Amino acid sequence: MTQWPLWEVFVRSRRGLSHVHVGSLHAPDAELALRNARDVYTRRQEGVSLWVVPSAEIVASDPGEREAFFDPADDKVYRHPTFYSVPDGVEHL
Amino acid sequence: MPEVTFDQLLADDGRVEPRDEMPDAYRRTLIRQIAQHAHSEIIGMQPEGNWISRAPSLRRKAILMAKVQDEAGHGLYLYAAAETLGVDRADLLDQLHTGRQKYSSIFNYPTLSWADVGAIGWLVDGAAIVNQVPLCRCSYGPYARAMVRVCKEESFHQRQGFEILHTLAHGSPAQHAMAQDAVDRYWWPSLMMFGPPDDDSPNSARSMAWGIKRFSNDELRQRFVDMTVPQAEVLGLTLPDPELRWDEERGHYAFGTVDFSELQEVIAGNGPCNRDRMAHRVGAHEDGAWVRDAATAYALKQAARTEGAA
Ligand SMILES: [Fe+2]
Ligand SMILES: [Fe+2]
Repeated sequence: MTQWPLWEVFVRSRRGLSHVHVGSLHAPDAELALRNARDVYTRRQEGVSLWVVPSAEIVASDPGEREAFFDPADDKVYRHPTFYSVPDGVEHL
Repeated sequence: MPEVTFDQLLADDGRVEPRDEMPDAYRRTLIRQIAQHAHSEIIGMQPEGNWISRAPSLRRKAILMAKVQDEAGHGLYLYAAAETLGVDRADLLDQLHTGRQKYSSIFNYPTLSWADVGAIGWLVDGAAIVNQVPLCRCSYGPYARAMVRVCKEESFHQRQGFEILHTLAHGSPAQHAMAQDAVDRYWWPSLMMFGPPDDDSPNSARSMAWGIKRFSNDELRQRFVDMTVPQAEVLGLTLPDPELRWDEERGHYAFGTVDFSELQEVIAGNGPCNRDRMAHRVGAHEDGAWVRDAATAYALKQAARTEGAA
């Protein structure tokens, strides 16, 4: 190990919200990654829960393939409520 | 829908993200700027760290420790942002330690008295805020996001410095003189933090076109002066510039000429503390080697044990 592995840090800012990515850090193992994440990313009570994930474990979509990859949603406007016309006077629909 | 190109993205004030295609020069400029910024944060711990053990009260000591710890955090956010561009933190540190990458010249000035801690918080962090707020809208996403975190934390830094100076300036005549002396020494170097004047800043135009820079050096310098002069009046301290006066016509403060040859000298390595700062940084890194080695050895041992048990 010349350089400690990279970890991605996710913080839940308060109960009821999901964990959000806040940045990354290097640490030799999960335990130290958590402790370092606490010191680096939650010095002002920014969180009530922390996740650390080895960056190498994240599988991401390819930005170069973005167009083709997300294309199936492009022509399905009927998935949105605004696609439908509602007669005047109809409420709660 | 055609693939969004780099130029279109910039034209629409969009954000560039790590795995997007980007021109090589854009990537290199960002790496150099973010690394230099990160180095400045961690070297910046030294001048103030110098006073932690001699802070005048427990309250001041706790505050100063929290501030210096924040600066370490800022360094980490920024190294992490730089790494998204495909460089290694270890490599960036190596470039700092061997003098191939720079840090902000302001940290090559000494902290001679406790009042200097106040002057740094008020003026140096104040100038840094003026520089950093527009970077929250930088075209490179990870840098912009790191700057949002940094800016949130900076305002406490500036206020605690202002409070130190305010207390001293309203104390005994000797304390007032100490505060004035600190401001006298830190005023001009703070103005230099905005970089060379616009007509002598060759890379500015390109950084502006790339959305890395949003305002020119001189614009930001003026903004800082306009903000700071009224604050100095509240402090009851003067700024060491006989040409400083309100310019009714321009709606700005007019100020004297910054001696940029001094900035060049400090950048060239001839400031009062360049050698000290580097020696201290390299020493700290080397002295910490056993801690890094121990943590690595422990992690490897734990991993082997888990594997053995499975
Ligand atoms: Fe900072
Ligand atoms: Fe700061």
